[in-house]
Amino acid sequence: MKLSAHLLYGVIASIFLVIAPHAEHLPEWISILSAMILAWRVYLAYSDNPLPPRWLLLGIMIAIVAGIQISYHTLFGREAGVTLLIILVSLKLLELRTTRDTTLLIFLACFIIITNFFYSQSIPTALMMLASLLLILSTWLQLHTGTLELRPRVKIAGMILLQAIPLTLLLFVLFPRVQGPLWGMPQDAYSSSGLSDSMSPGTLSRLSLSQAVAFRVSFEGTTPSHEQMYWRGPILWDYDGVTWTSGISIRSKLPTLDQTGNPVDYTVTLEPHNKRWLFALDMPTKLSIPSVITDDLQVLSKEPVIARVRYNVHSQLTYRVNVEETPYQLQRALKLPATFNPRARKLAADWRATLPDDDAIIRAALNLFNREGFEYTLEPPLLGRDGIDDFLFVTRKGFCEHYASSFVYLMRAAGIPARVVTGYQGGEPNLLGGYSIIRQSDAHAWTEVWIKNRGWLRMDPTAVISPERIRSGLSASVPDSPSLPFMARTQVPWLLKMRFNLDMLNYRWDQWVLGYNTEQQFAFLTRLGMEDISWQKMALNLMLGVALLVALFALLMLRRLYKHSTDRAQKLYLRFCRKLERAGVVRLPHEGPQDFAVRAAARFPHQADAIHRISAHYLSLRYENKADIKELSAFRREISAFKL
Amino acid sequence: MLNKFRYYFRNWAFRRTVETGTVVLNQRRIYILPTRQGFAFAFVLVLMLLGDINYNLSLGYVLTFLLATIAGMSMLYTFRNMAQLEIHAGHVAAVFAGEQAQFVFHFNNPGSLVRYQIQLQDDNGHRTVFDLPAQQATSVQLSIPATQRGWLDSGRLTLYTGFPFGLFHAWSYIHFDVRCLVYPAPAAAQPLPAISLQDGNGKIAGSGDEDFYGLRNYAPGDALPRIAWKAFAREQGLQVKQFSAYQGQELWLDWLQLPTIATERKLELLTRWVLDADKQNLLYGLRLPNVEIAPQRSAAHQTECLRALALFGVTNDPAPLPNPSPTSGRGTPLNPLSRLRERVARSVGRGQS
Repeated sequence: MKLSAHLLYGVIASIFLVIAPHAEHLPEWISILSAMILAWRVYLAYSDNPLPPRWLLLGIMIAIVAGIQISYHTLFGREAGVTLLIILVSLKLLELRTTRDTTLLIFLACFIIITNFFYSQSIPTALMMLASLLLILSTWLQLHTGTLELRPRVKIAGMILLQAIPLTLLLFVLFPRVQGPLWGMPQDAYSSSGLSDSMSPGTLSRLSLSQAVAFRVSFEGTTPSHEQMYWRGPILWDYDGVTWTSGISIRSKLPTLDQTGNPVDYTVTLEPHNKRWLFALDMPTKLSIPSVITDDLQVLSKEPVIARVRYNVHSQLTYRVNVEETPYQLQRALKLPATFNPRARKLAADWRATLPDDDAIIRAALNLFNREGFEYTLEPPLLGRDGIDDFLFVTRKGFCEHYASSFVYLMRAAGIPARVVTGYQGGEPNLLGGYSIIRQSDAHAWTEVWIKNRGWLRMDPTAVISPERIRSGLSASVPDSPSLPFMARTQVPWLLKMRFNLDMLNYRWDQWVLGYNTEQQFAFLTRLGMEDISWQKMALNLMLGVALLVALFALLMLRRLYKHSTDRAQKLYLRFCRKLERAGVVRLPHEGPQDFAVRAAARFPHQADAIHRISAHYLSLRYENKADIKELSAFRREISAFKL
Repeated sequence: MLNKFRYYFRNWAFRRTVETGTVVLNQRRIYILPTRQGFAFAFVLVLMLLGDINYNLSLGYVLTFLLATIAGMSMLYTFRNMAQLEIHAGHVAAVFAGEQAQFVFHFNNPGSLVRYQIQLQDDNGHRTVFDLPAQQATSVQLSIPATQRGWLDSGRLTLYTGFPFGLFHAWSYIHFDVRCLVYPAPAAAQPLPAISLQDGNGKIAGSGDEDFYGLRNYAPGDALPRIAWKAFAREQGLQVKQFSAYQGQELWLDWLQLPTIATERKLELLTRWVLDADKQNLLYGLRLPNVEIAPQRSAAHQTECLRALALFGVTNDPAPLPNPSPTSGRGTPLNPLSRLRERVARSVGRGQS
């Protein structure tokens, strides 16, 4: 049996719709190739030309598989697997001949939708999923409704989709969640954007162009001020002249904190970033999930964060940390590459020679940044081999990584132990949702210096150059430039409000839909009033709920079968007959409307006109096929007005 | 082997009564099971669920549950596509062997739902597919090739639907007491036998078309142009004009005068002659070993002759409907004697075992 052209277009459109979102992350040549194959298939369907022979398809397939092997270096793993699937489905379109092929492609289309969720599970993606499903279902229906037009098919498909939603919600809430993964995942499982364990000029300024959400925080009790919000991430110790790296840490001892104060409790919802860091305010003391706090006070989770994670943190905003630092760590905090940046070294040596103590040197360095015309910019000029010298004495334009890096360099050169701390600074409070959003554009680098008897102290040279950056965020500190991300620019109030609403929607979505895991499920069910939740109980509830809903649906759907609808015009006419019946004229079984009208009119001469008019109207409605809504309601009024 | 087993299982499991009148497809008559595609889809869903669990894809769960619910609900849709239909069998016109018998069934869809792509098929794979608009009666024809003369029973028919997604199929068996009379296939053209005069008995033949002869009472099947409308107008009742043919020119189609050929060939030849004689408007009679049909000339007469030929050697009363077996074709065994012999042999065999 030859497939109809409309069915072919439906299948091709379905495949296109499910593949299209992948174009964002597929290699360009794969996207172009798929588009070409689809266009070719449309042309073949349109021109009714024969499909390409099997050997040609086989040749194309082998070539493409080889191409995938070359660009991914593997055919396995998630990325290569998804690519392979997309290409094979596109090629399958070129041998779409039978009903069976159509069914197979429809199944595959459903499957491709799910692969898109590896990359995005946002609200638009969910809407896209519904749109794709609608198209797929309407195409699928065509296999089993023959020649039915597109519009009624879409209507049936939409109806089925709508009817499926309540049961889907029930299943979503009650289906017991198993904590994955069931099997090991390849390392490439999650793409990441965010901080890394190294920093060179440009790292953070590039990152600060991204408006992606890094994490969200909701505080219990008071919210600390913007200046206090230093979200601690990777600590960078080692410097090779260009790049700062975290180096190899020896977890020799626990951090010591004393003279703590200003405790604060909050919950962080961290987006997956494929690294082990968990972000917390300076200085974290306790976390709700399994994690390690290292001696330089980084918080590391046991596994890389590959799924959204929520944790509660207890932090102390005032503290003294590691007053008794190990000599090894102090040694590390003084190391510098020997040959670079002679001028900076000399400046530091001069300070050490002339100034009385560490405090004075620190002040001198900060004054340098403050007074010598340094500029805070997202687009710093390029630096040469002696990057620190170039920056300090020539360009004087830089982003936070330049300031942190040169500050630590000066400190170390002057003999003060120092290290670079990267993380995020500040955050945007969403007043509507009662939480703060920290975006990648809030990425920041600052420093810590170790002073005898006072431990590690936070020094943020950026705060000296651009206090606005620390007090109110990036958009306040950098003049509106096109390179600043749209979301980070200052905006008019209503736009801001809309943005907050949108973000709150996203936050709730993330929290309740995407983050719905075992714990959320238990919490939610407890809140609903379910006590001592267990798997068995959940399964029982699930089955009960499903049975109930199915019964309800069966009732609603099958009711229409048994309801033999009488003609509406007839119904109204029968009402008219009942009125006459009450007045004493009973319509005989053999009597047609016309005969009856004659008899009734004879009996009630003063109503004869009305009786004849109604009867004639009824006959035209019922037998001349004129029963539209307007006519019917006119007829109804006529009958209601009829009185004896 | 498997087919045979399946056949017997189906016979055992599902009703096999023959019905008359109107059948309403209620839930007791409709069977529903997942199709092979349905199982394949379930497999896809399980794969999806495993993926969701492994990669913790919340939206994946949503999609999987949505598809699962849709698949489950399509079962209701499938059932609903067939439920509460009213069916009764229509008239089946007689055909010649080798032609297609057109079994007519009247489907009434009283509800407000359109029924899509319902398939009516017999056990041998003859099928017809149709939609049933809401609140309408629709006539459906099922063509089944008539291979042998005699009665052609429609057999048990299956009403089948896969709407909306083909994940489930619902079916129902209907077996009406409706038969198609199959005339023998007419043999190749052969000249009519010579007109015999002996049986004329000197009487004037009842009909011909040479000269007007008189009127006789109307019999069903008489050609309209021959009705004496004037007589009808005079309120003398329906009468038919008769024309005299040559005296005693009656054509007897006589079994005994046929050459010695196989019984079926004889019947086919006679069929051909009946058709030709009627076409040439001759006055003809049919003489078979067990029946004799007096010469006449009318459509009803032709039908009677053909019927006699079709049922020659076949018991005329509605025979106990034969067990259609998967191997033998449909139709009634022709020779009652052989059937009797078979039955005796079977009972003897049973006695021995």
